[in-house]
Amino acid sequence: MDALVPRQDRAKDRGGPAQPLLLAEGLRKHFPVMGGLLGRTTKVVRAVDDLSLSVAKGETLGVVGESGCGKSTVARLLIRLLKPDKGTMVLDGDPVDEPHGITVAELRRQVQMVFQDSYASLNPRLTIAETLAFAPKAHGLPASEARERVRDLLAKVGLEPDTYMERYPHELSGGQRQRVNIARALALRPRLVILDEAVSALDKSVEAQVLNMLVDLKDELGLTYLFISHDLNVVQYLSDRVLVMYLGKIVELGSVEAIYGNPQHPYTRALLSARPSMDPRKRTKEAPIQGDPPNPIDPPSGCRFRTRCPFAEDVCARLEPQLADTRAQAVACHMRVAGSGHSKAAAP
Amino acid sequence: MSALLEVRDLDVTFMTPDRTVHAVNGVSFDVKRGETLGILGESGSGKSVTLRSILRLHPEHRTRWSGSIKLEGVEILTMDRRTLNDLRGQKIAMIFQEPATAFDPVFTIGHQIAETVRRHTGKSESDALKRARELLEMVRIPSPAQRLKAYPHEMSGGMRQRAMIALALSCNPSLLLADEPTTALDATVQIQVLLLIRELQRELDLGVIFVTHDIGVAVEVSDRIGVMYAGKLVELASVEQMVDAPRHPYSRGLLASTVQGSMRGQRLEAIPGAPPDLGEVPTACSFAPRCKFAEPQCVSAPPTLGSVGDSHLVRCVRAEAPA
Repeated sequence: MDALVPRQDRAKDRGGPAQPLLLAEGLRKHFPVMGGLLGRTTKVVRAVDDLSLSVAKGETLGVVGESGCGKSTVARLLIRLLKPDKGTMVLDGDPVDEPHGITVAELRRQVQMVFQDSYASLNPRLTIAETLAFAPKAHGLPASEARERVRDLLAKVGLEPDTYMERYPHELSGGQRQRVNIARALALRPRLVILDEAVSALDKSVEAQVLNMLVDLKDELGLTYLFISHDLNVVQYLSDRVLVMYLGKIVELGSVEAIYGNPQHPYTRALLSARPSMDPRKRTKEAPIQGDPPNPIDPPSGCRFRTRCPFAEDVCARLEPQLADTRAQAVACHMRVAGSGHSKAAAP
Repeated sequence: MSALLEVRDLDVTFMTPDRTVHAVNGVSFDVKRGETLGILGESGSGKSVTLRSILRLHPEHRTRWSGSIKLEGVEILTMDRRTLNDLRGQKIAMIFQEPATAFDPVFTIGHQIAETVRRHTGKSESDALKRARELLEMVRIPSPAQRLKAYPHEMSGGMRQRAMIALALSCNPSLLLADEPTTALDATVQIQVLLLIRELQRELDLGVIFVTHDIGVAVEVSDRIGVMYAGKLVELASVEQMVDAPRHPYSRGLLASTVQGSMRGQRLEAIPGAPPDLGEVPTACSFAPRCKFAEPQCVSAPPTLGSVGDSHLVRCVRAEAPA
């Protein structure tokens, strides 16, 4: 009986609701920078450094940070578009790319991704129907059923199937193309969808349409989202938990209420107060921090944020703060660890 | 006080062998000295085209202009090349979204600023470099003497944007045009650059036109905000009026559909549909197909820009109706 069900639809809940859908331990990705006389590796960009995270079933985990903080590298590692230098991944109890676990192909059937550039992520020579049917057919769905699925997918993302099936990507607007990209991500009935700046290139009025649709699709299909964005307001709107990154490291992780209501890390606080005010009577008087984020090629020693942090002390340059649990959230800051040696830290 | 810049009934049409685009269709506004006008709109609304028309930066052979743009009473649209070249950079300066491409990569920052100073003031090389150094100090670039010798690629994005502001202000212009200058910057850097522009505008008593798609950014820097849609200003009001009581359905929709954290759990009020194609001159209200209040008279003729109170202008037949 099982053999008659297309393989792609067999991904089902295994460990129950309490088991994380995706666990990543100690992920590391360094990119070599070639240079010098013989084209040898002279430096490395430390894009992601020993990062661990878990995504619970049915939640939306938001990832925020500025350019170069490694948030897109994390997304690419999780779907194995990049091979991590180090670290392990477990999808609902199955280790990924290990002898007794699941293959990368199996991972990608259950984890799909939507990118920022809606045009570059579609093949310009394929019609929308061909693009959407591509993966289901490759995974063994007969052509007639694949066509049915295409109609179903287009209807789900709010595009009239008869109008759009035979069109090419250049005949669609940015918002419509991003709907097609979301439909394509859903074509294999994944469990986790990674949205990497998926609404960032859209105009505000269209962004709102797509956000509403993402909320509906999540409820309807029981999806889990990893939502990556530089827009703090959109992340707050959509996420259950939020992860804040700075130069390849997690600096703070917690529920959306904790991160936005009671941020603990100085960087999270700066990021939140750098948002433009929407009230002309309460304009921002002073920039929360000065300078630009440093180059990830030579990140500062110890705490990577110390070069811009108003509270930096000696200990911050010497020791790298570990992500430590406080009551509501985990924070990587010496000020929050009792007895760390920072003058603002509590006594041990 | 008379206006620094007066734009009246500006139409801009781009013609190519394949198609014609009516990018701007009758835009009028004034900018005073010491005032920042924010122009808010989505992609394709004509906000950047309007801004670039003020310096006539569009390709001449493919662009048709009509209407009038006057700086201190002098018409720009019919000005001869030489006068226009003197005007650019000296009276009116512009900063762009992408400072990495606005600078020439093979010359140092100091060289490029000094070149502009010499072109417009005839100062000697060493005086021009001295001026360049003062300018870098003014935009608060740390260790300006060393930065003069830096090439654009040696600077971070925020630093480059500061250097571009220095270049723009090098000849004491009276009007600064800013085309999404902070869009490409990180959040913590964006706010620094916005505050810098706001401070310099006050210090130097500049008129500023600030084009952006981000309402938060517009509110942060503007005294007045104009909202553009399909090549027309649909609403023009003080920043307070615009935030508290927007009157045009598009302005209201834009504010309502901008995600704010407090909206968590609520459904966003999205504007359905997409902006129109500008292949034809609009013969009706361009927003009517997406407007939930559209009436028969909205599609019979294009609405005019009418006053609804203290220098608050709205282009909508329903503007008189209570909000």
